[in-house]
Amino acid sequence: MTAASDPLVRVENLKVWFKIRSGLIIDRHVGDIRAVDDVSFDIIRGETLGLVGESGCGKTTVGRTLVRLYEPTDGSVFFDGEDISHLSQRELRPLRRRMQMVFQDPYSSLNPRQSVGNIIGEPMRVHSSATGGDVDGAVRHLLDVVGLPRSAYSRYPHEFSGGQRQRIGLARSLALNPDLIIADEPVSALDVSIQAQIINLLEDLQDEFHLTFLFIAHDLAVVRHISDRIAVMYLGKIVEIAPSDDLYASPLHPYTIGLLSAIPIPDPAVERGRERIILTGDLPSPASPPSGCRFHTRCPFRQPHRCDTEVPELRVLGDGHAVACHFAEEIKAGAIRPHEVQPEPL
Amino acid sequence: MALLSVRDLEVRFVTRRATVHAVNGVSFDLEPGETLGIVGESGCGKSVTSLAMLGILPKPAGRVTGGSVVFQDRDLLKLPDSELRKVRGRDIAMIFQDPMTSLNPVLTVGRQLTEALTAHLSMDKKEAVKQAGELLDRVGIPAAATRLNDYPHQFSGGMRQRVMIAMAISCRPKVLIADEPTTALDVTIQAQILDVLSTLVREEGMALILITHDLGVVAGVCRRTNVMYAGRFVETGSTDELYARPRHPYTLGLLKSVPRLDAARRERLEPIAGAPPSNMHEATGCPFAPRCVYATQESRERMPELRPIDRHDHLVACWNPVPDADLPEHEIVAAEWEPR
Repeated sequence: MTAASDPLVRVENLKVWFKIRSGLIIDRHVGDIRAVDDVSFDIIRGETLGLVGESGCGKTTVGRTLVRLYEPTDGSVFFDGEDISHLSQRELRPLRRRMQMVFQDPYSSLNPRQSVGNIIGEPMRVHSSATGGDVDGAVRHLLDVVGLPRSAYSRYPHEFSGGQRQRIGLARSLALNPDLIIADEPVSALDVSIQAQIINLLEDLQDEFHLTFLFIAHDLAVVRHISDRIAVMYLGKIVEIAPSDDLYASPLHPYTIGLLSAIPIPDPAVERGRERIILTGDLPSPASPPSGCRFHTRCPFRQPHRCDTEVPELRVLGDGHAVACHFAEEIKAGAIRPHEVQPEPL
Repeated sequence: MALLSVRDLEVRFVTRRATVHAVNGVSFDLEPGETLGIVGESGCGKSVTSLAMLGILPKPAGRVTGGSVVFQDRDLLKLPDSELRKVRGRDIAMIFQDPMTSLNPVLTVGRQLTEALTAHLSMDKKEAVKQAGELLDRVGIPAAATRLNDYPHQFSGGMRQRVMIAMAISCRPKVLIADEPTTALDVTIQAQILDVLSTLVREEGMALILITHDLGVVAGVCRRTNVMYAGRFVETGSTDELYARPRHPYTLGLLKSVPRLDAARRERLEPIAGAPPSNMHEATGCPFAPRCVYATQESRERMPELRPIDRHDHLVACWNPVPDADLPEHEIVAAEWEPR
């Protein structure tokens, strides 16, 4: 990115490993799930950064570690210039007001025993940003902002549909007027006609409240629509990061190419005419990731050397477009053609 | 003559507190070897339709209150259970969304695969095991023969769905019903499964009914598409025609509310306003009217029937179909007009 860019969040060499324990009496540490393994990126103030990848790639773990719901194993997270990766919970509290999360499942992320007014007002009371009657007024205002009727105030989550509940979750995340919103699959649980309503609402809120978004999702079409830049994750690593249109127009990493090719397009004429690259095999276990490039076991562009021995670093090729592949230039130039990959038995 | 013919199918879920009008008069024909898509959002009745056809509605609440499902000159809805059981799994097979809960976790995959073969085709054990290995191989499971002794939990989600497909095609059914077969899977795995499914359907000459909420999946797999809303088919036609010239405002709304990967990024998506109606009451007017910008007085008062528009095989249930001027702009792409 250019010198003018001003990152709100900077992630440097972030690792989040979860211990695998075994043994009934003696607690042994037998290995690690390397959910996030050496990931670095920036989120520029005011932008929407999309984070895509398939289940188990570590995208949710990245999001949760940014707000310290998980502790980083190694590496740093800077928020507005301040290293927050080692702050105590008490030191974190004032910062938490400035970063909020929206979750995927609008059914389990709202307390069923609390009224909507209470749910949205709670952050304000906890952080004492408003008191008494002010909270009521602020909550009613937020209900207007997210497009819910004011009568929602005294009703309970079960009385609302999935789309409406997601609006409640959004109102709650806005209660403290945050700078950063981490939205983890905010529309995946919704039907398409409702999905579009929520996506539009997210865009409106961003303009109105000058928000910065980290938008985590598996649906590349949705992510491309809403994001300024997109980072693609595979098995704990970022394999490619680029401006949205660039990523679609000229994907450089073989995984991104496969991912884009796998996404069905709602147009039969286009679907028939597409050249498809179907990735074979399944995601390997993050407890024992493949050597070298983690994608080499499934890569249709795999070469006989380097791929299985040398870990590719994320390197910048062109304007803000970075890719972690040894042979990105050759693939782009068409010098390497895709070949068949035999899936390995698990 | 149609292989399977569904007429005016009506399904209700009756509980003490309420009656849910799940399916309200669905009719369609399935030709041999045809690939038919049923698209709709959650709660529109697309799964219930297929469950009702095979007589596996959740009991006791679910009941078929009208219509017929004629397969090979017999109405499946009138068959006794013992007869229906011979059809189910052999002539008409089904795969479900969640491959974990539809496989028995305490039996090996081989045992579950051979069960259908010995029951329906009266194969002996040895022959069935050999056949089961070949089936796993056909759906693309590596080292197929050695995996027959594995249990479902030893397979990944995509592999389990392959096992389900192997099981479904084991008796060479004439109709395969796939209910959201890829919804629980990642996109790269989805691509693999759809590829396997399309190849098998082509090679075996099976007819496929693909039930999904994903317009993209249907576009790639199905020749013909039905759009379902509130327990009714609101539009039906060849997939090409339907996507290029959607005449029902709901179909158009669905197409406009999904971001397309291949189109230029739009500033705004155009969602459908409001939410689907409650199906607790019998609808009198068009069920989509409250959310529809084309709705007229007639729409609100009288139920529209499916009738031809543009072509004899493109039917729409709408009093005021989408005019030419409002059709999506990319329509020119699909130039295929001759009937297939």
